[in-house]
Amino acid sequence: MLAEEGEGYTPPGSGDFKLPPLVDNLEWFTKPYLMALVSVGILVALFYFAARRPQLVPSRLQFAGEGIYGFVRRDLARDIIGSNDFLKFLPLIFSLFIFIALNNVFGIIPFIQFPTMSLIGFPIALTLIVWITYNWVGMRRQGVVGYFKNMMFPPGVPSWVYILLAPLELVSTVFVRPLTLSLRLFANMFAGHLLLIVFILGGEYMLVEGEGVVKVLSIGAFAMGIVMTFFELLVQLLQAYIFALLTALYIAGAMSEEH
Amino acid sequence: MDTLLVVRAAGEDPNPLVPHVAEIIVGLIAFGILYYFVAKFVVPRFEKAFAERTEAIEGGLAKAEVAQAQAAAALEQYQAQLADARGEAGQIREEARAQGAAILAEMRQQAQAESDRLVAGAQAQIEAERAAAVASLHAEVGTLASELAEKIVGESLSDDERQQRVIDRFIADLENQPSGRAT
Repeated sequence: MLAEEGEGYTPPGSGDFKLPPLVDNLEWFTKPYLMALVSVGILVALFYFAARRPQLVPSRLQFAGEGIYGFVRRDLARDIIGSNDFLKFLPLIFSLFIFIALNNVFGIIPFIQFPTMSLIGFPIALTLIVWITYNWVGMRRQGVVGYFKNMMFPPGVPSWVYILLAPLELVSTVFVRPLTLSLRLFANMFAGHLLLIVFILGGEYMLVEGEGVVKVLSIGAFAMGIVMTFFELLVQLLQAYIFALLTALYIAGAMSEEH
Repeated sequence: MDTLLVVRAAGEDPNPLVPHVAEIIVGLIAFGILYYFVAKFVVPRFEKAFAERTEAIEGGLAKAEVAQAQAAAALEQYQAQLADARGEAGQIREEARAQGAAILAEMRQQAQAESDRLVAGAQAQIEAERAAAVASLHAEVGTLASELAEKIVGESLSDDERQQRVIDRFIADLENQPSGRAT
């Protein structure tokens, strides 16, 4: 609806995700790269101080850190993987959750306002780790043959169904899972950021270039931009949760014989 | 949105689905650093804190349980002692009562014996005195009779009135006479 306004208006697109380099000589090193590294710095500092001297009666920061940690530990790791093995995978699941959550929330933090995960390379990197992990765990646990046998030929199914089921299961577990895992995260962040750009830049264009009523109507665009910002916060945290949750589920599936 | 993406992708804008290798490498490095820190520092510390807290809570509970058991034992002991004391007191009271009753019975018996003895003594004395009186009376009656006969004979025996007066005087004399005359 806003794209139709004026002749000089260029609607936002994927070009908005290609940012100028931060340093002259480093063509590839743009803002999202810095953000990914800074996010690690922030998380390390935060959890260093939270976990530095754990007390029986926690300090405020320790309490906050333990809150997030306890949530991931209980709801994502222990309840899904099981209390025997979850501790081995807790670092991975916890790191994924806090890394994705912070990098997503960067998308609405003033002056940063860019979600790192809207560049597909970052979700792919994380997915790669998850993909290797759960396949490795499955093969370690059940043996290479056992892993694929249990994956493709789950018991309790009439034998003729395997003609259809076996290739589907193989494709699903080995190829579709990593694809959907990375694409889901990327697409949510990409679309969310695009949505915010549409409302906010569109509103700005209406305000600056528009005449009379159009100027007033820009208020609506900005208001939607603000509403969408809060909505984005929800989506950003939810996506971090889903990514960590699916990681736990995939690992749990690879650990158990019964698929 | 979809058409927008397609239009943009077809134009001069880059395809957002094609990753830069640098993104993957930087992503792996950044995440690797974070993972190393979390695995080596955050998880062990927090796990230790959780374990310690669990232990502290469980230890506290165990301690409370021990204290409660001790209190219960003390109460039981106290109640047992109280019951013992009550029983003992009752026994003592019972003994005292029995003793008192025995003493009372003995006293009563003694008093009875004493009174019997006194009564017997008194009766014996009375009997003795009566016997003495009877004996002295026996001795005197003869003398008195002969005296009376003498006096009656000495006076006139024919006058009834006089005779009566003599007898009256004799009895009056007899009454006035001191009992020293008896043996």
